[in-house]
Amino acid sequence: MAAPRVTSGLQRVLLMLKNVHFKLGYRIVASRKQYSTVYDPNEKTFEKILIANRGEIACRIIKTCKKMGIKTVAVHSDVDSNAVHVKMADEAVCVGPAPTSKSYLNMDAIMEAIRKTRAEAVHPGYGFLSENKEFAKRLAAEGVTFIGPDTHAIQAMGDKIESKLIAKNAKVNTIPGFDGVVKDTDQAISIAREIGYPVMIKASAGGGGKGMRIAWNDEETREGFRFSSQEAASSFGDDRLLIEKFIDNPRHIEIQVLADKHGNALWLNERECSIQRRNQKVIEEAPSTFLDPNTRKQMGEQAVSLAKAVQYSSAGTVEFLVDSQRNFYFLEMNTRLQVEHPITECITGLDLVQEMIRIAKGYKLHQKQADIPIKGWAVESRVYAEDPYKSFGLPSIGRLSQYIEPLNLTNVRVDSGIKEGSDISIYYDPMISKLVTYGSTRAEALQRMVEALDSYVIRGVTHNISLLRDILIHPRFVKGDISTKFLPEVYPDGFKGHQLSDNGRRELLATAACLYVALQLRSRRFIGNQRVSTSHKEQNRWELSLKLDKDTHAVTVFSTGSLFTVELDGKRLNVTSEWNLASALLPVTIDGTQRTMQCLSRDASGNVSLQYLGTVFKIQVLNRKAADLNKHMPEKVPEDSGSILRSPMPGSVVAVSVKPGDMVSEGQEICVIEAMKMQNSMTAARTAKVKTVHCKAGDTVAEGDILIELGMD
Amino acid sequence: YDMQTFVYPSSKHRQMRGLSPGQTTTYTYSLCKSQRWYAVSHLSVQERIDKKREAARLGGGQARIEAQHKRGKLTARERVELLLDPDTFVEYDMFVEHRCSDFGMDSAQNKYPGDSVVTGQGRINGRLVYVFSQDFTVFGGSLSGAHAQKICKIMDQAVLVGAPVIGLNDSGGARIQEGVESLAGYADIFLRNVLVSGVVPQISLIMGPCAGGAVYSPALTDFTFMVKDTSYLFITGPDVVKSVTNEDVTQEELGGAKTHTAVSGVAHRAFENDVEALLNLREFFNFLPLSNKDPAPVMECHDPSDRLVPGLDTVVPFESTKAYDMLDIIHGIADERDFFEIMPNYAKNIVVGFARMNGRTIGIVGNQPKVASGCLDINSSVKGARFVRFCDAFNIPIITFVDVPGFLPGTAQEYGGIIRHGAKLLFAFAEATVPKITIITRKAYGGAYDVMSSKHLRGDVNYAWPSAEVAVMGAKGAVQIIFRGKENQAEAEAEYVETFANPFPAAVRGFVDDIIQPSSTRMRICRDLEVLVNKCQTNPWKKHANIPL
Repeated sequence: MAAPRVTSGLQRVLLMLKNVHFKLGYRIVASRKQYSTVYDPNEKTFEKILIANRGEIACRIIKTCKKMGIKTVAVHSDVDSNAVHVKMADEAVCVGPAPTSKSYLNMDAIMEAIRKTRAEAVHPGYGFLSENKEFAKRLAAEGVTFIGPDTHAIQAMGDKIESKLIAKNAKVNTIPGFDGVVKDTDQAISIAREIGYPVMIKASAGGGGKGMRIAWNDEETREGFRFSSQEAASSFGDDRLLIEKFIDNPRHIEIQVLADKHGNALWLNERECSIQRRNQKVIEEAPSTFLDPNTRKQMGEQAVSLAKAVQYSSAGTVEFLVDSQRNFYFLEMNTRLQVEHPITECITGLDLVQEMIRIAKGYKLHQKQADIPIKGWAVESRVYAEDPYKSFGLPSIGRLSQYIEPLNLTNVRVDSGIKEGSDISIYYDPMISKLVTYGSTRAEALQRMVEALDSYVIRGVTHNISLLRDILIHPRFVKGDISTKFLPEVYPDGFKGHQLSDNGRRELLATAACLYVALQLRSRRFIGNQRVSTSHKEQNRWELSLKLDKDTHAVTVFSTGSLFTVELDGKRLNVTSEWNLASALLPVTIDGTQRTMQCLSRDASGNVSLQYLGTVFKIQVLNRKAADLNKHMPEKVPEDSGSILRSPMPGSVVAVSVKPGDMVSEGQEICVIEAMKMQNSMTAARTAKVKTVHCKAGDTVAEGDILIELGMD
Repeated sequence: YDMQTFVYPSSKHRQMRGLSPGQTTTYTYSLCKSQRWYAVSHLSVQERIDKKREAARLGGGQARIEAQHKRGKLTARERVELLLDPDTFVEYDMFVEHRCSDFGMDSAQNKYPGDSVVTGQGRINGRLVYVFSQDFTVFGGSLSGAHAQKICKIMDQAVLVGAPVIGLNDSGGARIQEGVESLAGYADIFLRNVLVSGVVPQISLIMGPCAGGAVYSPALTDFTFMVKDTSYLFITGPDVVKSVTNEDVTQEELGGAKTHTAVSGVAHRAFENDVEALLNLREFFNFLPLSNKDPAPVMECHDPSDRLVPGLDTVVPFESTKAYDMLDIIHGIADERDFFEIMPNYAKNIVVGFARMNGRTIGIVGNQPKVASGCLDINSSVKGARFVRFCDAFNIPIITFVDVPGFLPGTAQEYGGIIRHGAKLLFAFAEATVPKITIITRKAYGGAYDVMSSKHLRGDVNYAWPSAEVAVMGAKGAVQIIFRGKENQAEAEAEYVETFANPFPAAVRGFVDDIIQPSSTRMRICRDLEVLVNKCQTNPWKKHANIPL
């Protein structure tokens, strides 16, 4: 059909009008303003695409397919049969039970689904089969298009050593180092000295930061060599080691590339992904505060030359480590759509999924490098169902009893694959959504992100909004002074929630007190003739006592209509709100400052949980009389946590290494819990005899379940 | 004699006099000029009044008050103050004393004005309530003839004006020195508990010991709440148990809050301590109408009545054998997700409690698929029946969520009389004339379908979700009977599922009024309640029905 063409502004408008006429239904929904590229409906494309993925990325891909008029097929596991991506797709095929190895990684079942639905192409999303060359081969064998690079590129970039060699040859900066079989310790040391300390040692075959060891001297090199060579042999059956320059305080900055099958390749600017925990990205932004145009250009050109070197087609990402002097070194290339691709879409206006589909169909890129802008600033927060208080995030599960995305705010994009009522299960990645905000400046994008996080309602699972929001307002982050070590440096003792300033504490307490008063006033408002005493004047002065952590605060509230004046710590605050007690959000204005809080729970005993500045605070509000009498109430003895071992997260028990009657010593491993591919060793808090064992290998446990009870010594 | 002006010194004094706090009260004795002699003696009477009042307020004295506090308990008066709106308590019978003269009881130091109970009326969130609060500091809160008489007085008045009665129980039992007088007192209270039952709500909060015959008063009231660790209810204490049955049991195990809320089902809920219990009681009180002549209360409500609940569309799992939590549905539809559950730890296969829809109090009954597949057994039937009857007695509409695979089979249930007990729930739903709305969320099998507020038992509005299956039994069992001996059981099962495992058989017969999208459930219930608000239905005249007890 019509060849791709560059349209003038007027033509674009006409084209859009035409589109609206064509398929009014979703075009308006789908054409949210983040994409400026216009889809040409006359360009022939695939009839039907199968999306071999789940969750938000499956939904994201389906959205673009709908925009392009392509029919979609979802695959799903049995537990996902009600999932959003299944509902969104035109067709859905169940490919197996919940475990990913039996469903989303089950190539036989997915191939069968492709045959059954006659899908012409497969988009693999990220993760699962996206970088699996075997899968790509099988698709090719059946004449089904794989929406991604060809197997050669997947294979070349999938191998750490090979990719580095190719990069070197393509004149891409690589980290000085050695890769190959290291004979013995002495050779390891001489290599390390040649590179210059510090060096990093790891097995070539190991992915990401797994099994990575850092040596600052000969002694540590010796030790690192011993561990890594053992691991290389035992875990991967591949003796090769990687010894390279270790970059202190590095930033993780990556370049998005887009290449077609005709030898054209573009770089779509960078994404700054330095905020990480356990080598997983937490907050990303585009562009980076750190790159100057020159560095950006150099990085972009090197990324493109690498892509060209492997005849790359489709979207891909070249990851670099950047040191404080803006020296950058090639890390690896991801041959797939990245999780954080939306921020690139925001600043360039391109729809990367649409481009991937076009490229897979064999079209040339519309754009030239000069057409790629950096417009504004975009930030992405990865909202996870996890408890950020436990090592910056241990998975949590549950049913989303309430879920409202902050889409009422402008320039907010939420990529999610769940909705109210969805279950976050132990089987899959605990990501709830990618929250993306966009602004003409970085400050604007960050401010919007803070507002969006405050207005994001997620109930039923523990989430990491407290951590995300606290990072966003941290002075170092605001300045752009970040590195991949940001989290451990800023929170050396782990994240413990937002630390209240005096003013913050006053705002929080004042709001809690006013909420209590609003509730008390409402509880007298019976409608109709309810025989309520009329002789009693409505109370307008409230003497309260608020308990936050261990401290008690005397607070007086004067109420006139919806305006409350609060006296505490010798200060007066004016608090106004609609006091809508059914709304999930609690917007208040405190002395002119607007805050969006959330009341997560409240009970008759005066306990309220308020989400303030992202963090949930528990406050007990009592009237002065009840607080006075509360002094006589007995302290309930909390359970002896040293004797009871509880599961810190939902997961399955991999191994139990003790039985009742065994003696265990402090710190000894008692059992291992696995959740979301992470194994956690549970240890004894003290030396004691095992009293009862409540779990066995293979059991599924919920967070807080008792695993093992210890007796007295 | 000079003109004297008396200003009552504290707000407490004013309050005792039944004067509002804002009123400046001056008592001008010159008004009694013509009866000067009276005024003179009045002064000394006034002194006596003040003294008596002061003594009454102190109860058993400072030492005993401190002992009470040490036990983690509040005094009778502190409890009343916390329960009621500030400055609304009007006390009765502060001067009543016991009349026993045996065992030296008539000595001055054994007389306490008001005796071992504080009684009166006041307001909770502006609404009238009668209260008695037993005073453990006076003879261990033991029940004398006078004590009982005080309680009976407020109960009688509560019925006259139509207001609930709340009892705060903290009593060692009968006043042994008074013998049969004390027993007569108990019986007087029991009789009133029974006569008042169904006229005004009666609530008992057990805040200390409550043993022997005394337990029957709470047992006769509508709701019994307990305070954890400090309250006990039993017929006979651990010592007697040991001597009679040789069982070793602690007070807590025998009659503590945990026992009664989880094992015996005697208590409806337990709270952490006195303060929390009283604050929760205030909240609970707001759900109740004042009497059987008052409609269910309607509170100001901020939750839109037409709110859709998208989460409900996915709450019922695809596999009909998989469990889900009925509370997810209840929280989803209730105003502000607020649900006051009754007996949350007992017979957990049925969920009952109060919520509001568009501000109006409703009673919710729901099978709980998470526990024992939500089947009906002896305990859950009795739990459900009592709750339904309370709602019916006090004009509270009943919303029933049905996911019931049937009655629990087995010798334990049959020997225990499941037929008799199951019939109670059936009886309760059938005789209820308040608005009844039923939603079948999934299974409604066998006789249990009939029982759970079905159309046939005068359900006003009966809905089915698309996941509903109304049938005599599940596919497996049915196929074994209908297709006995047939080779291809799997095919037969599929046929049965196709025919019955859906809402159509019930819908085509009009046994459900509509098949609805789950997310619209709240909106529809709110609308239906508005329609049914003037529902008027009466049962045939009878002295009383004969529920199979």
